[in-house]
Amino acid sequence: MTVLKTPPSSATAAPAPRKPRGAGRRREHQREAYVFLTPWLLGAIGLTVGPMIVSLYLSFTEYDLFTEPRWVGFENFVRMFTEDDRYLQSVKVTLLYVLVAVPMKMIVSLLVAMVLNTRAGSNGFYRSAFYAPSLLGASVAAALVWRAMFTEGGTVNELLDGIGLNTPSWVDDPSYTIWSVILLAVWQFGAPMVIFLAGLKQIPRELYEAAEVDGASPVRKFWHITLPMLSPVIFFNLVLEAIHAFQVFTPAFVIGGGRGGPADSALVYTLYLYQAGFEDFEMGYASAMAWVLLVVIAIVTAVIFRSARLWVFYGDKS
Amino acid sequence: MRAKTVLWHVLCLAAVAVVLYPLIWLAFASVKPPSEVLSSLNLLPSRLVLDGYRQGWEGAAGIGFGTFFMNSFVVAVASVVANVLSCTLAAYAFARLRFRFSGPLFAFMIATLMLPHHVTLIPQYVIFQQAGMVNTFVPLILPKLLATEAFFVFLIVQFMRGIPRELDEAATIDGCGVYKTFWHVVLPLAKPALVTTSIFTFIWTWNDFFTQMVYLNDAEKFTVPLGLRLFVDTSSQSNFGAMFAMSALALVPIVLFFLVFQRLLVEGVSTSGLKG
Repeated sequence: MTVLKTPPSSATAAPAPRKPRGAGRRREHQREAYVFLTPWLLGAIGLTVGPMIVSLYLSFTEYDLFTEPRWVGFENFVRMFTEDDRYLQSVKVTLLYVLVAVPMKMIVSLLVAMVLNTRAGSNGFYRSAFYAPSLLGASVAAALVWRAMFTEGGTVNELLDGIGLNTPSWVDDPSYTIWSVILLAVWQFGAPMVIFLAGLKQIPRELYEAAEVDGASPVRKFWHITLPMLSPVIFFNLVLEAIHAFQVFTPAFVIGGGRGGPADSALVYTLYLYQAGFEDFEMGYASAMAWVLLVVIAIVTAVIFRSARLWVFYGDKS
Repeated sequence: MRAKTVLWHVLCLAAVAVVLYPLIWLAFASVKPPSEVLSSLNLLPSRLVLDGYRQGWEGAAGIGFGTFFMNSFVVAVASVVANVLSCTLAAYAFARLRFRFSGPLFAFMIATLMLPHHVTLIPQYVIFQQAGMVNTFVPLILPKLLATEAFFVFLIVQFMRGIPRELDEAATIDGCGVYKTFWHVVLPLAKPALVTTSIFTFIWTWNDFFTQMVYLNDAEKFTVPLGLRLFVDTSSQSNFGAMFAMSALALVPIVLFFLVFQRLLVEGVSTSGLKG
């Protein structure tokens, strides 16, 4: 897989004398290794594994940060799915966001990468220009700009009015708010595009040349060469984008005016989690939400991985 | 053929114009008279007004935006130093040294790439709260010092694996131990990966909003995104000048970094799949 390839180790070029693979050899640098790993190990235990266990415990409690946690069993989870309309709303908003923003971003980034790839060598400027929003887009500043462009009298509304499409203020109309957040995500198509471009460059020219000899149309070449050859990269981008999309926060916070938008229309999952934990101090409930998020992300990732054998094509393994 | 080339460039330039339009719009909006920001489609201001910058710089609650910028710089620079240091150390062990449990530990490190940080957020907050460190920069920097950003460990491991092992072996023959080999051979050769790590850490920390909002409460500790947050709740026209002026300023360091390092950034993305 191109994006994850390891540069060839030169050990294969000049074989080192074989050494016994005994325990002594294997743990040659045991002590030094753990010296180098100390900061990472401390972080992994103290800031990752430990807190994960604690948050799993907290998810079964009622905890307001100031008094001792009180064990409540599955109450938090039951409340989430049966009593809490705002929670269900946040799930709805987030699913819509993930299901629309991820495919849109993938399609746009693939299209742009294919256009850039048609002319080898001359696309450095364009590549950089298209990549820029990926760096800026996650900031509060960019989201503020976005909000101004999609509000009453903003550029987007005026342009749509100009071509006869009357839309309300996207920011203030509950049925439009999340769409401006989605478009902000699509605007940051640069990172997957750069990865697609690297993948496209790895496809051997001969495949296209052979197809041309056989009289294949551009559409056929796309379906039968580009897509299969690119499928490992599509897979990689899909996993990354999906994991990220579930955790969207800043754009929804800013565009929704800090409260999740009109009628909670931009109340994404992490925003509601923030409100539960740090505004209402329901830390047990927020922990339960975090664990549901983790499980959902794990399931989605697992499904994408499992489905990979059906549609991801590794040329060298067939 | 010529016509096709021209058409291709026209198409791409048009797309670039659309993609970069919001940023260009912001640059001009920050010097527009407030009444023109939302009422006129003209990109160019009718006259140059710098009031937004003057008002915005005064900040809020008696704390100027200069303080917010200073705080953001301190947090970002400290994060860069901490992150590069800890991730390089861990990466060297994973890329080069043999030790017990290296396989499972590496797999664990890769698994944390996919972990939503919300699942550790609340216990981490409790830890820092009980240590009296909420409302300081420690909760923002300490995790970086402990290499919790697995992305960068992975990035540097990938890069170090590409450095020929003969160099290490030659150094060993010359009498270098593990530490000297690391310091004199691998570290200098890994510089491109360290530069990429530094740039991304700076930009991500500069943009980070969630963690900073969780941990910083007092205006004098605010970073730039938290300063900008004050504009989120208000939608009155009167604040537009200051809001866009400060937004534009907030993006300046990233744009500068981008212009200087664009090749490294783009290549960092295509070799490691780093997110922007």
